[in-house]
Amino acid sequence: MTALAHVPTGQSTASSPPPAARSGRYRFLPYLLLLPGAAWLFLFFALPLLQLAAASLYDPTGSLATGYAMTWAFSNYPEALQAYWPQFSRSFLYAGIALVLALLMGYPLAYAIAQKAGRWKNLLLVCVVAPMFTSFLVRTLAWKTILSDNGWVVGLLRDIHLLGPDGRLLATPVAVILGLTYNFLPFLVLPLYASLERLDYRLLEAASDLYASPVQTFRKVTLPLSMPGLIAGTLLFFIPATGDYINAELLGTPNEYMIGNVIDSAFLVRLDYPQGAALSFLLMAAILAVVFVYLRKAGTDEVL
Amino acid sequence: MTAMGHDAPAGDLRLADLTKRFGAFTAVDDLSLTIPQGSFFALLGASGCGKTTTLRMIAGLEEPTSGQVLLGDRDIARLRPYKRPVNTVFQSYALFPHLDIAENVAFGLRRRGIRKVDDQVQRMLSLVQLDGYGRRRPAQLSGGQQQRVALARALINHPQVLLLDEPLGALDLKLRRQMQIELKRIQTEVGITFVHVTHDQEEAMTMADTVAVMNAGRIEQLGAPADIYEFPATAFVANFLGQSNLLAGEAAGSAGREVPVSAHGGRFSVPAGRARADRGPVYLGVRPEKLHLAGSADQVPSGHQHVDGVVTDASYVGVSTQYLLRTSWGSELSVFVANSGTHGQVPVGTRAVAYWDPRHAFLLRREPGEDDRTTPVLDEPVGASS
Repeated sequence: MTALAHVPTGQSTASSPPPAARSGRYRFLPYLLLLPGAAWLFLFFALPLLQLAAASLYDPTGSLATGYAMTWAFSNYPEALQAYWPQFSRSFLYAGIALVLALLMGYPLAYAIAQKAGRWKNLLLVCVVAPMFTSFLVRTLAWKTILSDNGWVVGLLRDIHLLGPDGRLLATPVAVILGLTYNFLPFLVLPLYASLERLDYRLLEAASDLYASPVQTFRKVTLPLSMPGLIAGTLLFFIPATGDYINAELLGTPNEYMIGNVIDSAFLVRLDYPQGAALSFLLMAAILAVVFVYLRKAGTDEVL
Repeated sequence: MTAMGHDAPAGDLRLADLTKRFGAFTAVDDLSLTIPQGSFFALLGASGCGKTTTLRMIAGLEEPTSGQVLLGDRDIARLRPYKRPVNTVFQSYALFPHLDIAENVAFGLRRRGIRKVDDQVQRMLSLVQLDGYGRRRPAQLSGGQQQRVALARALINHPQVLLLDEPLGALDLKLRRQMQIELKRIQTEVGITFVHVTHDQEEAMTMADTVAVMNAGRIEQLGAPADIYEFPATAFVANFLGQSNLLAGEAAGSAGREVPVSAHGGRFSVPAGRARADRGPVYLGVRPEKLHLAGSADQVPSGHQHVDGVVTDASYVGVSTQYLLRTSWGSELSVFVANSGTHGQVPVGTRAVAYWDPRHAFLLRREPGEDDRTTPVLDEPVGASS
């Protein structure tokens, strides 16, 4: 390219076409590379989503046998919400409590692995990820055994009178929340670890040198600098936890059912497609609203 | 900057029997020294000599194994760093990337609950010549500017002692020279005790009132830069602070005001006042710029002493020409001749004589068996073989 600078004046630079030709030939390359992914997304996400949106507006009196008529039945939404608002709010409550528990465990864990673990760092990371090597379902079933009425956990809690003689964990909100916390913890820990790992300990020394107590150092340096990981981690935890139905199904009773269980049964048991679709959209909208508010609050340019 | 007062009665900084061990390794070995209030003090040494560990113990970032750090009459050795009236300019600057320049500078004030910081921050930024940079982020500043922010961030707290850990190490040569002058100006202006850690002997000599040369966790010599340079206490100092030609010799006690020395078959003498040792194995030392070249022994002025040799190398470096002179016993002497225009260049291969005024020579203790040290020792204390 520098050769162009030496072309004598008067001679046309148009006689050196390579750069222009190159950008012409490869101009569409990025779009070409996007194509497979975009096609996949369109076929298996955008189209089904549209289908789902349409289904949520079908005539609710139809059935799989008789077929559904498109009647733009917007009333499906308020009716679904009215019928299932307890499960709806329960989903957010359980996921919220689980998130708080996961933060209390996950932040110190991620911090310790990132800043204090030294040569144990990789081993500890493997320990965080290892449960993911077995299926979600199997892990949740294992919790069923751990929390069962004649298991050692319940036995111990009864012995120290934290539980009454007939007290139990399984089939209670406690079990469901514990299950959610456990199952989604790695999604919180890993992004947090990634940003705490980048945290320069010399900044902590500098803060300490500049009269910041350990608590102030955490609030003014560690926390703000780990914000990107904290935001990513909480979202990766909260979104799937809110929509989850396995934990409530296996560790709870219908009294602990979350909105995921209702959607599951609407599609697979009651075969009420319009209601299932409407509930799915309501859940999506609610999560989007929560995330939007959260990002507006936490995701200022101070931290991202 | 007369408005800058001290918040608490300050005092001298004293290190008493300070020791730091990491496992079996002794980083700082029973160090004792006094740094007078308001002085510019440099800890000079090669990497791994314990100078940074010493600094970190003063800052509170490292806990001493034993000994005291006294500020005035108060032992602060076991205080947490945030309880000490001491601030640090870190080698990496360690500016907070999520805060703008003004908030970086205000950090220390805010942590102590001071709310009105704007005026002080403005004054600090103009002291380090960064007016108008308050709203920028550290990443938007050049290395030299970041260095000045780090300085302002520490100075705004009016510490009793300001610690500087190789603060100019990351800057290029020209900027470093500029910042040396700048730092010296600021130190004079604020009157705070500066303790400056560096491995750059020129930097230490340019800025500091007092230089302590450290080696292997101990202080080899402490004093004004000129005193240390003109009359080093040990062979390590003689070659760490500038270069020296050290000839291995034997002394047999002082004779009147002179100490006679025999070295490599020649007889020399050094004034008794410039002898660190006057008996047994010694080094006869002469700085390269104190050596002069002559064509033959009869051109040597009276009262001077000389060594014969052959010029083996001549490096023209502008202000001077640096010659290597191979002696009859095989060592090479370093001779710097100023290019003042009065002498022509001496070609490589010519026989020549290096001579010096005995008042410029010095005598150091030598471990038996150690040979000449005539090549410059740059970073590590390596005994040169000949």
